Amino acid sequence: MSIDTTPKMSWWNRLAHPGQFVILTKPLILPLTALTALLFAAGLWFAFFNSPADYQMGDTVRIMYVHVPTAWLSQFVYATMAVSAIGSLVWRHPMADVSMKTAAPLGAAFTAMALFTGSLWGRPTWGTFWEWDGRMTSTLVLLFIYLGIVALWRAFDDQLRAARVVAVFTLVGAVNIPIIKFSVDWWSTLHQPASVFRPDGPTMPGSILTPLFVMFFAFTFLFITLQLTAMHTEVRRRRIATLERRAARGETR
Amino acid sequence: MTQRQVQPSLCLKTFALSVGRGETILAQDLSLSVPAGTGLLLRGPNGAGKSTLLFTLAGLLPALSGTVTLEGYDEDFGPAFHHCGHKNAIRPRLTVIESLQFWQAINGSAALTPVEALERVGLGRQAKSDAGYLSAGQQRRLALARLLVSARPVWLLDEPTSALDADGQKLLAGLITEHLASGGLAVIASHDAIAVENLAVLDLGGRV
Amino acid sequence: MSGFVSVLRRELSLSLRGGGEMLTLVLFFVIVGAIVPFAVGPDKVLLAGIAPGIVWIAAFLAMLMGLEKLFGPDRADGTLGLYRLADTPLSAVVAAKVIAHWLTAALPLILASPILALLLSMDLPTFWRTLVSLLIGTPALAGFGALGAALTVATRHGGLIAPILIAPLSMPVLIFGVGAISASGGPGQTGVATLLLAALSLMVVALTPFAAALAIDWGED
Repeated sequence: MSIDTTPKMSWWNRLAHPGQFVILTKPLILPLTALTALLFAAGLWFAFFNSPADYQMGDTVRIMYVHVPTAWLSQFVYATMAVSAIGSLVWRHPMADVSMKTAAPLGAAFTAMALFTGSLWGRPTWGTFWEWDGRMTSTLVLLFIYLGIVALWRAFDDQLRAARVVAVFTLVGAVNIPIIKFSVDWWSTLHQPASVFRPDGPTMPGSILTPLFVMFFAFTFLFITLQLTAMHTEVRRRRIATLERRAARGETR
Repeated sequence: MTQRQVQPSLCLKTFALSVGRGETILAQDLSLSVPAGTGLLLRGPNGAGKSTLLFTLAGLLPALSGTVTLEGYDEDFGPAFHHCGHKNAIRPRLTVIESLQFWQAINGSAALTPVEALERVGLGRQAKSDAGYLSAGQQRRLALARLLVSARPVWLLDEPTSALDADGQKLLAGLITEHLASGGLAVIASHDAIAVENLAVLDLGGRV
Repeated sequence: MSGFVSVLRRELSLSLRGGGEMLTLVLFFVIVGAIVPFAVGPDKVLLAGIAPGIVWIAAFLAMLMGLEKLFGPDRADGTLGLYRLADTPLSAVVAAKVIAHWLTAALPLILASPILALLLSMDLPTFWRTLVSLLIGTPALAGFGALGAALTVATRHGGLIAPILIAPLSMPVLIFGVGAISASGGPGQTGVATLLLAALSLMVVALTPFAAALAIDWGED
């Protein structure tokens, strides 16, 4: 940081500098929050009042409007983490570290929500809260991986070292998740009749698709908003930690 | 095993080097130049960053900023640094000679044979005994013998005199003198006086 | 190459001279397997049905036990730092340690598996399939184990976190490992599972040393 910090930084360099990143992305938070709120309002209105109950599943079909977006996010967040991990390992991008760290608990939360809504939906539909079906099982394994990553972050004192180690594990996990998914699918077809769950799902009429689509964007923007806010918090947390350490050493800089 | 020749033009240089752990800077803006045949003695109170600097020079810790280069060294010869830290890396249940043979196999490029190296550091009679039974000073001697079985141009020694008796200190000075005379170079962190010529002194002072 | 062999030899002689460590591991494996009948009842038909799963779980747990000493002592005495400065690449060192870990923590279990087969009233064909599936599958567990140990070696309480990290990754190994034994999937499925298990094992053993070496190199200080 010693030579020419101020003049003419490219946007990439500005993003790489934590302080600059906060300044640059701070104005985005308010509009993003508003957009997310708007999308949720519209999506929930569609979901509750402007979509029909399914002729088979009844009102339980509305659980899908939360379940499907969170299930999508459980994978999207992992992809975000994997891309951040590459950014952290290859380019040593400081904000990639931060993004990787803040995405992990968010991903765990969305995955847990997907599992929760899935079992709520499963009770009236399958007659049981938990079914060892391929999708639910691999989502559960994904949740374990998320929680493992959060635990690994917490096990390190030095967050810079933690970032690189977690990045390695995140990428190993990214390679492994398709294998886990394949093995679990193979296993679940082996142990139970395939009729319990139809992988293609019921064909959906348009009136269900609209709220699903809106909710899908609402949740995605919720993630983006939370992620940005959490990244800002993390940057500040690190700055405070640095200042505290300096104060402890009696420096005045 | 190819003989690793040491060019006389060898020079360890750092440019605007800052070292530290985590985000804590311990020493800043170091521009050193240690040419072949000379050594650098690091001094400074506890916590001044001597060990951290040695770790950074060895490449075991990333530099916070600045660069470390070893000019005139062909990377094809493999790693150029011997690091001898506080920990001796000696495991009980292996014999003394086994430990040394192991390090020679791992570090390559034979210089002395393990038996010769043990004679040199005065552990010839303990060769067959369990390394766990060595005293602290003897373990330190064994760690020094590790430097002798594989030839590398740069020695980074962290408190090499600790636990050594008067004879041991003389032995250490002799080893370093020989190493420098053969065209190597050394960076040594120590609170003790080391009887070696061609030693420049760098005082790391207290804090930045 | 000589460095690789030396690491292997050193690891093996440290384990063999280590007194009862290997024996303790085998004992743990047998006891975990033998405890199950007390929990589910001594029904021979039921036990024979779940025996392959029990053997695999016992092997999985026993192999987790040995992880602490994979890199922990090396870090404590400074050897790990010297490995990073060695001529021999760190990934080769890790690969040698994976093999040593398999030889000292998996092979003894496989040799002891007849005891569990007897206790759990496995029939002979199932036992042979169990033996083959353990032989093929445990290298993958050794690879994942080394990765977990490498990821957590620089942490304070890594011993607890490594199993949490490894368990989800090892899920496919357990699935195909048990799948290669039990014939519940109909004809042909056990063969498929055996092949998939072998593919998985090869991939894990080939790739984890590199990932583990990266984790050690970047996580250490």
